[in-house]
Amino acid sequence: MKEENINEQQRNRQYNEYVKQVAPKASCLANCVKAFITGGLICTLGQIFIAVYMENGMSKEDAALWTTLSLVLLSVILTGFNIYPLITTWGGAGSLVPITGFANSVAAPAIEYKKEGQVFGIGCKIFTIAGPVILYGILTSWVAGLLYMLVQWGAGR
Amino acid sequence: MVKGKQSILFDKAVYIEETACIVGQKEGEGPLGGSFDIVVEDPMFGSKNWEEAESRLQEMAMDKLLSKTQVPREQIRYIFAGDLLGQLIATSFGLKKYDIPVFGLYGACSTMGEAMSLGAITISGGCADNVVAMASSHFASAEKQFRFPLEYGNQRPETSTWTVTGCGAVMLTAQSQPVSIKGITTGKIVDFGVKDSMNMGACMAPAAADLITANFKDLEVDEKYYDRIITGDLGVVGRKILLDLLREKGYDLSSNHMDCGIEIFDAKNQDTKAGGSGCACSAVTLCAYILKNMKNRKWNRVLFIPTGALLSTVSYNEGKSVPGTAHGVILERQA
Repeated sequence: MKEENINEQQRNRQYNEYVKQVAPKASCLANCVKAFITGGLICTLGQIFIAVYMENGMSKEDAALWTTLSLVLLSVILTGFNIYPLITTWGGAGSLVPITGFANSVAAPAIEYKKEGQVFGIGCKIFTIAGPVILYGILTSWVAGLLYMLVQWGAGR
Repeated sequence: MVKGKQSILFDKAVYIEETACIVGQKEGEGPLGGSFDIVVEDPMFGSKNWEEAESRLQEMAMDKLLSKTQVPREQIRYIFAGDLLGQLIATSFGLKKYDIPVFGLYGACSTMGEAMSLGAITISGGCADNVVAMASSHFASAEKQFRFPLEYGNQRPETSTWTVTGCGAVMLTAQSQPVSIKGITTGKIVDFGVKDSMNMGACMAPAAADLITANFKDLEVDEKYYDRIITGDLGVVGRKILLDLLREKGYDLSSNHMDCGIEIFDAKNQDTKAGGSGCACSAVTLCAYILKNMKNRKWNRVLFIPTGALLSTVSYNEGKSVPGTAHGVILERQA
């Protein structure tokens, strides 16, 4: 029985190695270029927003804030029209990483789970994708804050 | 009659009397598009949500089958049916109005093979004269159940497959018809430890290879016995692996193997990556393509093998692999 287990493990390992060899892979370079273009365009758009807002008399800080809000709004609207997923299919990480990707990951479950009700649908499931980012984002900022406090305290002595 | 370890050749013949299949728009635009009974452009099928849409698919397929078949509705003894959703809700809500006893089945994407096998056993055993075997899947309900909400943007790896939206149903009967179910080979659960849920072809190929080998051994035949050996949804990656695995065992299927997942979509133009998948993939291809070719005498003997990746998001998140299974149905054209 024990020998059988070892044989099976060995078989599985060999098979997984073999699968890795035969499985087609997307071109990493092509994906990087596409992501660069997509991400770059989103950032350019953000820059345009900032310029327009500042042109209209906003301070740089206010303009940055309004730009974030504008990009999120735009992403949510594009998600609602099912256009955002098409952008990500082509642009990959280029549209996943910016704040627009985060907005998409919150809006998509909201649309999908609306049918299951306001509480158990949207309420419980809206953060199924973004939840880990929020949880560990807050945890990390808490740890960073703690370290910052300790460093300050150390420097003060 | 029991043959070998896991096969049956039926003493009392079982026949396929009629079929019905319905698909969504994408499938309708694929290479088999012209052969389906119904193509519906509305992905919601007139319902309020994806689950209800899939139920509606089953209902429409069943209605179509009832309108095509010569068998009176009250003489249908059982329905053997399944889908991919939790607790088989597409089946239970789709078939509740018919007032016919139902066996609900889960075999992942191999469900059509399982339904036909059990239906054939029931008829051959004299427990029924007419039964329906059917299976459905819906791209959107499957994505929601197993992956992400539909509007979430993500990139599909090259090894991934596209769940077929559709439902296929066949009427099995004891009365003589052109195509019969000569026998079955029932698959084991085969697990080669693949943990990539985006490469289901690799998860299922060992199960398909295991089933084909068992079928050959049980029936004491080889690959030349069949005009076609048709797997369910291995896709291009799974097909390559299957051929390699069988070559190791001394069988060469390169000339007579086909895969429903490869046939149903035009991978290049429809961006379906490795091919189609889902219960409906093999079910609608059987109805629209395989049985038609058998009726036209293009093929006289076919080993039809719906394949299933037994994927669960729970076991997957708990670090388990994705086991595969397969169900073989031996189809034969009467002389």
